[in-house]
Amino acid sequence: MRTRSRVGPQSLTGGRALDVDGLLDDPHTGIIVCCGSGGVGKTTTSAALGLRAAERGRKVVVLTIDPARRLAQSMGIEALDNTPRPVKGLHWAPGFGGSPGDGAPWMDAMMLDMKRTFDEVVESQASPEKARQILENPFYIALSSSFAGTQEYMAMEKLGQLYADSRRDGTYDLIVVDTPPSRSALDFLDAPERLSSFLDGRFIRLLLAPAKGPARLMSAGLGMVTNALTKVLGAQVLRDMQTFVAAFDTLFGGFRQRAQKTFELLQADGTAFLVVAAPEDDALREAAYFVERLSEDEMPLAGLVVNRASPQPLGDVSAEEAMAAAQRLRHNDPDSLTAGLLRLHADRVRIVEREARLRRRFEAAHPQVPTAVVPALAGDVHDLDGLRQVGALLAGERPT
Amino acid sequence: MEGRAHCRARRTLYARRVPSRDFPQVRLHIVTGKGGTGKSTVAASLALGLAATEQNVLLCEVEGRQGIARMFDVEPLPYAERRIATGLPGPDGRRGGIVHALHIDPESALLEYLSMYYKLGRAGKALDRFGVIEFATTIAPGVRDVLLTGKVYEASRRNARNKKAISYDAVVLDAPPTGRIAAFLGVNQELAGLARMGPIKNQADSVTTLFRSERTAVHLVTVLEEMPVQELADGIAELRRHGLPVGGAVVNQVRPRDLDDGDLAAVRAGKVTKRKVAADLTRGGLTGNGDLVLSLLTEARHHAERRALEDAQRVIVDDLDLPTYELPRLAGGIDLGGLYELAGMLRDQGLA
Repeated sequence: MRTRSRVGPQSLTGGRALDVDGLLDDPHTGIIVCCGSGGVGKTTTSAALGLRAAERGRKVVVLTIDPARRLAQSMGIEALDNTPRPVKGLHWAPGFGGSPGDGAPWMDAMMLDMKRTFDEVVESQASPEKARQILENPFYIALSSSFAGTQEYMAMEKLGQLYADSRRDGTYDLIVVDTPPSRSALDFLDAPERLSSFLDGRFIRLLLAPAKGPARLMSAGLGMVTNALTKVLGAQVLRDMQTFVAAFDTLFGGFRQRAQKTFELLQADGTAFLVVAAPEDDALREAAYFVERLSEDEMPLAGLVVNRASPQPLGDVSAEEAMAAAQRLRHNDPDSLTAGLLRLHADRVRIVEREARLRRRFEAAHPQVPTAVVPALAGDVHDLDGLRQVGALLAGERPT
Repeated sequence: MEGRAHCRARRTLYARRVPSRDFPQVRLHIVTGKGGTGKSTVAASLALGLAATEQNVLLCEVEGRQGIARMFDVEPLPYAERRIATGLPGPDGRRGGIVHALHIDPESALLEYLSMYYKLGRAGKALDRFGVIEFATTIAPGVRDVLLTGKVYEASRRNARNKKAISYDAVVLDAPPTGRIAAFLGVNQELAGLARMGPIKNQADSVTTLFRSERTAVHLVTVLEEMPVQELADGIAELRRHGLPVGGAVVNQVRPRDLDDGDLAAVRAGKVTKRKVAADLTRGGLTGNGDLVLSLLTEARHHAERRALEDAQRVIVDDLDLPTYELPRLAGGIDLGGLYELAGMLRDQGLA
């Protein structure tokens, strides 16, 4: 009964442990992309990694997508916007800084404004006259503010910009990107491709066809399609789209090129993908999809972060033993506090066992993925100290 | 025949079927919440709970995750209504109704829409060839959501006259997370995009009318942590701003309450000593386990801190003044048995 093997975080690193500090300190790491399903603490992880890297000497910018207000506040910023804002209150990690010329640790944070970013791309690519035409087009307005993939696409666009700027001006040497909480694991990698294949595809040619006169495409099939579109979308929408496409025509090439460049940047050695998950069935399943997908696209996967792991209990008393003992105590003293503690302990043991089982399953399928397990904090993250604590846990430091 | 009619009359008389005690007029239950709070679990449990008194309940998912198939341990669902479970047993142990499931994907919904309203059988194929289907379902802003909600709308308002399809007594929608819910339900005018312009607008408008009616309730799932509770409050405000009927707040994954307030106070004040716990353990038959004593005390402090946070968040939830329901965190995870267990709790508390 007492010889069960240990389960929980300690045994997990029977798989490979992720060397977070090694990753942050490596000057070749220029971009860290945190991806994962919604609600697993992606944004907190991004901010904590950024802070830790900055306090260990990197010049960091953290690009968040839609941070909870409290998280922005935890970085001392009331409202993040499309421009990087300095985070105040950083101090050197022990053993870092101090030499002349080190200055102060540096971290900026920003939040993606997808419409603003889209507008800027249009403005930078088109003549002022044409840009105005595009920006005022109803179809463009709808596309830039509500197309589900725009956020993903613009996150990648912003990343490309930040990278190019920091290369040119030396502003940052590490960009930490938080990805949008995609509906599906694949959205953010697919979006650039999807948008450029749309801009490049038959559909666009179809829209352009009437504007460009009768083409070979003009067939019975095409007539049927335009008819159907008019029925479903309405003539006005179709006209807006045609105007948009005609105005946008010359920009397509540029867009495709930029999307391609960002994609290559993501594949490059200086980029590290971290898949973030919680020790839950769904989140780990989603994480497995990410891992598959990243390797399929030859994206450099650095590892898996499992947030909010239940802390490993000491001792080797099983849940059943704890419950039995609690029952005996309650029998004599219905209000026994220790009985309550034993019941809590049983609950904890069961949860830790389940989490370990889920992680083992992941590990069996993906033994090559180094993992960092972050124990759940008792409290919520409010401030830089909270983020610092998360960063320390990410790096494997354990409170004594 | 006479006997059956009589039976039905009796049942209406003596056991008036009330789909949901707290929301008797609601036929469409929309379940949303911050990511990771367990909204799919709550939606599934709610469907099982409603089926305790309802003949036919439909559980819909729209995010392409096949979460229903996983929860109910069945093959991935097609775009078709499938019977997936028997509901919770009803009052007096009567056998529960049937829970059906529907996985709605935008491509199939669009093709169905086109063939239903425009008789576009073959043209549908041609549309696909030109990339129009992909355009409409992935790129055309707002159209995707109208297609998804349009199908939910269609399923929610069938009646007995519709011979070919099942008429549902209740529909439960496992909806997108709180951050996207207003846009998804098509009420966010500035974001509704194309759906606000073309003929599809009529469709969108009818859907919105149903969503805003008293036959719909949007329930929000949260856990007792700061960010999810903040998102709950923001979500309620946004739904109300858009005139959507806010239903209940489901507080999920609540920690066990094995320590009462007095115990927690003792833990926080450091009055629970190693010696006392060790002596108790010995009495309980767990001798000589120093590690366990340390573990219990550490866990007690951790738990006391979490409970204080949970209690503070619970006060905030209560101040939101919604009907509130509580579900425990199940240590073993959520399997099918767990869903029924949660369904029973939702039923006891009156949501189902």
